[in-house]
Amino acid sequence: MKFIDEYRDPEVAATIIAEIHKTVTRPWVIMEICGGQTHAIVRNGIDQVLPKEIELVHGPGCPVCVTPLELIDKAIAIARMPDIIFTSFGDMLRVPGSEKDLFIAKSEGADVRIVYSPLEAVKIARENPEKQVVFFAVGFETTAPGNAMAVLQADREHLDNFSILASHVLVPPAINAILSSPENRVQGFLAAGHVCAVMGWEEYEPLAQKYKVPMVPTGFEPIDILEGILMVTKMLEAGTYEVQNQYKRIVHRQGNPAAQKAMFTVFEIIDRTWRGIGEIPASGLQVKDNFATFDAEKKFEVSGINTKESEKCLSGRILQGLIKPGQCPVFGNDCTPEHPLGATMVSSEGACAAYYSYQRTR
Amino acid sequence: MPIINHQRVQLSHGSGGRMSAELIDKLFLPRFGNPILNRLEDQATLDIGPGRLAFTTDSFVVDPIFFPGGDIGDLAINGTVNDIAVSGAKPLFLSAAFILEEGLPMLDLHRILVSMEIAAKNAGVVIVTGDTKVVNIGSCDKIFINTTGIGMIPEGTMISAASLKPGDAIIVSGTLGDHGMAIMTSRKGLSFQSRILSDTAPLNHLVDAMLAVSKNIHALRDPTRGGVAATLNEWAKASNLGIVIDEEKIPVREEVRAACEILGIDPLYVANEGKLVAAVPEEWAERIISSMKSHPQGKNSAIIGRVVEDHRGMVTIRTALRVERIVDMPLGEQLPRIC
Ligand code: SF4
Repeated sequence: MKFIDEYRDPEVAATIIAEIHKTVTRPWVIMEICGGQTHAIVRNGIDQVLPKEIELVHGPGCPVCVTPLELIDKAIAIARMPDIIFTSFGDMLRVPGSEKDLFIAKSEGADVRIVYSPLEAVKIARENPEKQVVFFAVGFETTAPGNAMAVLQADREHLDNFSILASHVLVPPAINAILSSPENRVQGFLAAGHVCAVMGWEEYEPLAQKYKVPMVPTGFEPIDILEGILMVTKMLEAGTYEVQNQYKRIVHRQGNPAAQKAMFTVFEIIDRTWRGIGEIPASGLQVKDNFATFDAEKKFEVSGINTKESEKCLSGRILQGLIKPGQCPVFGNDCTPEHPLGATMVSSEGACAAYYSYQRTR
Repeated sequence: MPIINHQRVQLSHGSGGRMSAELIDKLFLPRFGNPILNRLEDQATLDIGPGRLAFTTDSFVVDPIFFPGGDIGDLAINGTVNDIAVSGAKPLFLSAAFILEEGLPMLDLHRILVSMEIAAKNAGVVIVTGDTKVVNIGSCDKIFINTTGIGMIPEGTMISAASLKPGDAIIVSGTLGDHGMAIMTSRKGLSFQSRILSDTAPLNHLVDAMLAVSKNIHALRDPTRGGVAATLNEWAKASNLGIVIDEEKIPVREEVRAACEILGIDPLYVANEGKLVAAVPEEWAERIISSMKSHPQGKNSAIIGRVVEDHRGMVTIRTALRVERIVDMPLGEQLPRIC
């Protein structure tokens, strides 16, 4: 039994915090791209132990937050069709579409099931040949290989009752979009450790060079994040801008070639709309034509969807690091996790929800 | 050896006729039999003596019905025993009502009844009345069990969330999150196997040991669904005081922490079935803890925090980085995250 493990050791943390304080001489804006890191930062209070010169802003790396409303409406519409078993990871069920969420659809009789892996959805398809089984394939480069494997498995078994509703987005194009914006404030990046575990970090090097912005693939434990911040800060102070790897125990330069291969066998890169942000070129994945029978968007005709976002919601600006949740006028009053107006308040990894759950006293 | 003439539960087993009688005679009575139940009346008549009565009911619908460390049977006994025990009462009598899905293997039912028999014996309670219904396939999920329990609260014991006092020590009786994570990691489809066992256990003997040190225990609760976070939030609201806990002091098994990490779930929000949280006066805390530690159910007991006069109605945690943040009331079910 361990009360606290080595990646949260208070003594080690204190040493790194002290070193960050020693290193910093002027203000810097650092973005953690990944929602998992946002959550860890706010949950552990990392933002509160940093020197005031370092401002952490939160990136668009919460897959639930950036899934377009239209796709959530589509998911709900498909789930409500007859003879459908709609499967999804748990955290997508609470995301509101224009009118309702998947939990409500389930309570109204849709067969919506929480699964822990896409292969479980394949299994459900195998066991229910008279039903169509759809898996909501959401996520970044982290989940894409697993979802690709599920399609390949279904293909091998000739399961014509399995398909995925793909909502995959890619991180480097989003970093490019943020850095090329005239409004950009971000000077350094913590790259998402899990994404880099799959993709490696070679593709970040040209970005770091082009925009003169240091980037550090970073893990998710408090010590990982503090180390990542220290590494970025040192480069910022020294005026260097390369990619340095904090998450050595998991991430390698080339990533995981087998996972990449599965991913690009099934998916191809397309331009894609990010909820709150808009279209980012070459930032998404769609199922290739030769796997079209596994593409729920092609398989099920869903029409008549009219999305309407809350006009009050500023989550797009939050996702680009332009404002913090507390600066949204409706944060914590009209918009709470019980009554979220935007996706960043719904997903526990969304910045608004993280601030609401852990810091609303301030 | 066939425990009963049928391999699976059939609708007729709930008919009230000869097959129902066979179920009762061959399965239920041999496990739960006692002079009160054996009378097979429509009601149990009980002699409970003086004092205040503690009375509770709970329904158990867990999936899967068998999980590492226990099953729906011992859960149904321990859950109700614990709800009574945390009032400071001695649990005495239980009812057990079963809703069985047609087709349930008789051996599974037998296994569950044996667990209940053992759990009741361990807790020192007797099952004095019960009921069985059988429903069509699809009308319930394998087996649902409802248990109701009564116990006696001795004179002078006054345990309630509203009795919290500033300075009280917040104690947990052991590692958190074992039950919830045992259930979650034993659900089919999860890509990792774990050795996490449910902590399902009766708490009444542990509560006895605590009350033997001091009758002056302010609040007690078994933190089931919603975990310790929900219990502490309810206490903070009920007493209009604040609670601060310390991340470094919270006992969590390594495997549980790892599984929580992978699924993106906080052990503070995960259900326990054999643990209690207590708020005890500062001056008694050390003695109560040491008596808890000498009890098998309490050997990993720890003081994890304090009741304070700050941030009334709210719970905060001091993180490993020595920063304080809110521990919110859980919103709903804990949902595993995507990545
Ligand atoms: S607080 Fe609510 S409305 Fe404001 S940006 Fe966040 S999600 Fe949108």
